[in-house]
Amino acid sequence: MERLRTLPGDDVRQIMWRFADRYDLQMVVQSSRSIARTTAARLVADGARNTHDWTPEKEELLKAFDASGLTGMFMEPEQGGFIAGPKNLAMCLVAYELSWVDGGAATCNLATDLALAPIHERGTPEQKDYYMTKCVPPQPGEDREVWRGAFALTEPLPYVGVDTGVVSGKIRIAEWKEGEEPMIQVEKRGRFITNMAFANFVTAAVNTDDERIKSSCMVILEEGDEGIFDPGAPTLKMVHQLSATNDPVFSLKVPASRIIGGYTIQDGVIVPNYSHGEIIAAVFQRTRIPVGVMTAAKLLSAVEPVIRYQRGRFRGGESKPGTPRYELGLQQNEDANHRLLDVWSTGEAMASLGFAAGRMADEFDPIEKEKDRLFIEQAIKGPRAQLKALKPKEQEAMEMVQLRARPEGERDQARLEALEADPLVQYSYLSAMSNVYIPACKLWNTGYGCQMMREAVAMMGGYGITEDCPGFLGQKWMDAQLEATYEGPEVVQRRQLSISMTGPVFSAQVTAWIDELKRRAQETPGRGHCTLAAAFELWAWTVEHLQSAKDPEGKPLMHGRRQGVTFQLADALSWLVAVKCFMDDIDELAEKGQMNPVVAEGLDALVDFYGDMATWQAARAAGETGRVAADLVFGYILHPDCAGECCGPEASGNLFDGAEEFYALRRKVDAAAAGARLAKDRAAADLTKVMIPEALDYPL
Amino acid sequence: MSYHIVVCGSIVPDPLQTLEPVTGPQGPALKNEMMLPAVLDPWAGHALYEAANLAKNIPDSKVWLVSLGPKAKLQQVMMNVAQKVPFELVVLDGPAGGFTEAEEVAAHLAKAIDSIDSLDKSKLLLFGGWQSASRGTGAVMQIVGEILGIHDQFQGVDKLEPQSDGSLQVKERVEGGSYLISALSGPPAVFGWATGTLPEPPNNPQVGMQNMRFIMPAIQKAQPAQVGAEGVEFKSVELPAQRRETRVVKDVPAADIAREIVDWIRG
Repeated sequence: MERLRTLPGDDVRQIMWRFADRYDLQMVVQSSRSIARTTAARLVADGARNTHDWTPEKEELLKAFDASGLTGMFMEPEQGGFIAGPKNLAMCLVAYELSWVDGGAATCNLATDLALAPIHERGTPEQKDYYMTKCVPPQPGEDREVWRGAFALTEPLPYVGVDTGVVSGKIRIAEWKEGEEPMIQVEKRGRFITNMAFANFVTAAVNTDDERIKSSCMVILEEGDEGIFDPGAPTLKMVHQLSATNDPVFSLKVPASRIIGGYTIQDGVIVPNYSHGEIIAAVFQRTRIPVGVMTAAKLLSAVEPVIRYQRGRFRGGESKPGTPRYELGLQQNEDANHRLLDVWSTGEAMASLGFAAGRMADEFDPIEKEKDRLFIEQAIKGPRAQLKALKPKEQEAMEMVQLRARPEGERDQARLEALEADPLVQYSYLSAMSNVYIPACKLWNTGYGCQMMREAVAMMGGYGITEDCPGFLGQKWMDAQLEATYEGPEVVQRRQLSISMTGPVFSAQVTAWIDELKRRAQETPGRGHCTLAAAFELWAWTVEHLQSAKDPEGKPLMHGRRQGVTFQLADALSWLVAVKCFMDDIDELAEKGQMNPVVAEGLDALVDFYGDMATWQAARAAGETGRVAADLVFGYILHPDCAGECCGPEASGNLFDGAEEFYALRRKVDAAAAGARLAKDRAAADLTKVMIPEALDYPL
Repeated sequence: MSYHIVVCGSIVPDPLQTLEPVTGPQGPALKNEMMLPAVLDPWAGHALYEAANLAKNIPDSKVWLVSLGPKAKLQQVMMNVAQKVPFELVVLDGPAGGFTEAEEVAAHLAKAIDSIDSLDKSKLLLFGGWQSASRGTGAVMQIVGEILGIHDQFQGVDKLEPQSDGSLQVKERVEGGSYLISALSGPPAVFGWATGTLPEPPNNPQVGMQNMRFIMPAIQKAQPAQVGAEGVEFKSVELPAQRRETRVVKDVPAADIAREIVDWIRG
């Protein structure tokens, strides 16, 4: 029986990624896809990536974005957009479709949204309306130019954006006449600023250089402002060439009303309502997700070209139609299929994690606004006061997690509903979860995704690193490296994860997941739930153990400066969370697919295939977790002075307190991998039979 | 003079897909047809875009798209098509493949058109594809016209121009790359479109959101249409022989390409 008849289509994806009931998003997908596979693909095929400059040919992309409505997607309907409410999932879908062909095109599209994000998140109502409306393309009958923005955080050496808490851009008061609005002088040099070749305005992070301005802030700069608005030279980057990247210079006098979020005047001092750090935290919380999705799209887009290349590898030679050599080509070999399955299953897990993070951010947006409203109402100001007010809610959030984990008939439903109706409980929960999902998505998708793109390139042989490679796989591999870096490099994500992964709410959620996975393993065996449960148990035990463990010098292992410990655990967690999201999506497909007549045909077989893929991916994640756990648990113990006997199987149980417990969990992880290779064999065999299109649907 | 333009058009598998004829329980079909991505039949697409353009330029005109196809597949296709031009959708839920009797398909379409409440038949311009990419017979539009009592029919239309006196000038393709130009006093009439003269409009989500307010309910309340080819036995089904001989060349001057084509035509 053919389990995987065709590559998963829109109907399947809409169910898995939960936008089957959102036709606004389905339309966004179609619009983005249309541009990706025509304008963007043609530019890549014609070699437009071979120059750093922003050319008239590349400008066609902007026109295409405008014409198809993608430019205005970030705005609210009253501002000229067409999607109401949070747009994180929408941005993820656009990023996915454009990156399917070219990551630079995706960046080009999303960069104005990034420029607008500080205004969107923390701007005054006037700032929001003014700039959002300006960035919507003119409607029929309107005669105006559409504005485009750039986001300027990163700076030239010595900071180079590594530490977003430190900026060298400065503001001073230039003029402050009695009864008038202060004018401020902005000095800022940017580095690696996307959209700068054509930006009409810039949202720039600056620090105070004047005792009459209390703190850092973000300001809006316009090209018509008095002074220098120099886009600067193009950055000599080798990737993402369909986005314009420059190193600009600004020396401008602007009114203080350009401070994003506004300001108050206290004792003759301008006090910005938001520091640059507060704004950036709010912005990056969300905008990092589409970057992770971009790399996921690259991996999934590689499946079809690789299969086509492998099947056709020996055609045109002496092999004859009907022979395995002719029909299967390189797919005759187990290794070719196994490696492709690794790429595909990684891509699936990445996409599942990315879209889950996007949905979570959409859920979080209104909750966060409600939290802000409540705190204003209750006069709770400042981060410390807010943390204090939220502390009791943390306990309630944990209670909510525990209640949700129990079967419906066995829990206090009224209490659960009360907790779910409390916005501050929801805030505590979603804050804890998104602080894991989002950095995990940005870290693992881009970092490990880049490694897997290398595998995909390798499967195309020498063809892979040519400009003519179908699917532009070589370019995608290079682009993935940039995605791992921008909007916060890997170290920033690991740092955030190392803090958030030990939080009490997330820890409660891990415990609940373990129970849930064990239950699902009984209900729907064969989808890897059991393997993942064992891996989560080992990871959680290791975290707990390391929190009290010390090195031979008596120094604690779980410490912010002990990145050899914390970052490893963060990496392992990212593997696990990604597989969890993948399994959730498969479960969703199995449940909801029945209701869609297109998907229902052959659904059970497709779910079987995905179940095998998830089983294999869970085994990989469990293997990674086991390696990291053993590495950390044993790696900081002095090796016994022995010649091979002291640390043997009998003696090793005495190396630290709790060793037997660790061995039991580790054995469980190893045993839970039973059948994983068989699952991989089955799924890999499916790759040899799946029907693929006659040709790629974008030019080469 | 305003027009009520009804476009008949359905979906076909995306032509880039692998199309493999198989024999299913209901007769010939394409392998995995339900799972393959679909597009609006390109011929119907030309008709729809021409209709929308005509309606845009003639005040108070309106466009309906009447579509017989599997509604779940139609819904996917509408996510793209609905963003291009304004129209109202009428859906008949049935098979879209070419292994159906043209007469049965036409009867269902005619009935659906007849039941459009606000349609003024004295203003009716009935559009459709001259041909179809779905193994079509090329006969459906003519039969629909006959059933509806519309006897002014034009096939292979590339241009339709309203004149100042209310008449319409029609350009139909004829043999040898020539056009037959006809004058029509006015609606109702049937037009089987060739490629027309308009490019595919870009997606406009504002248009899409407007259309979707009516499209989704229309899909929900789609009437089932039993069409097939009962009693017909298909001896064999095969794809047209592959005639494509593609070479990928770069950096070749246009003059050289033109010369090569001329040489090829000369044999």
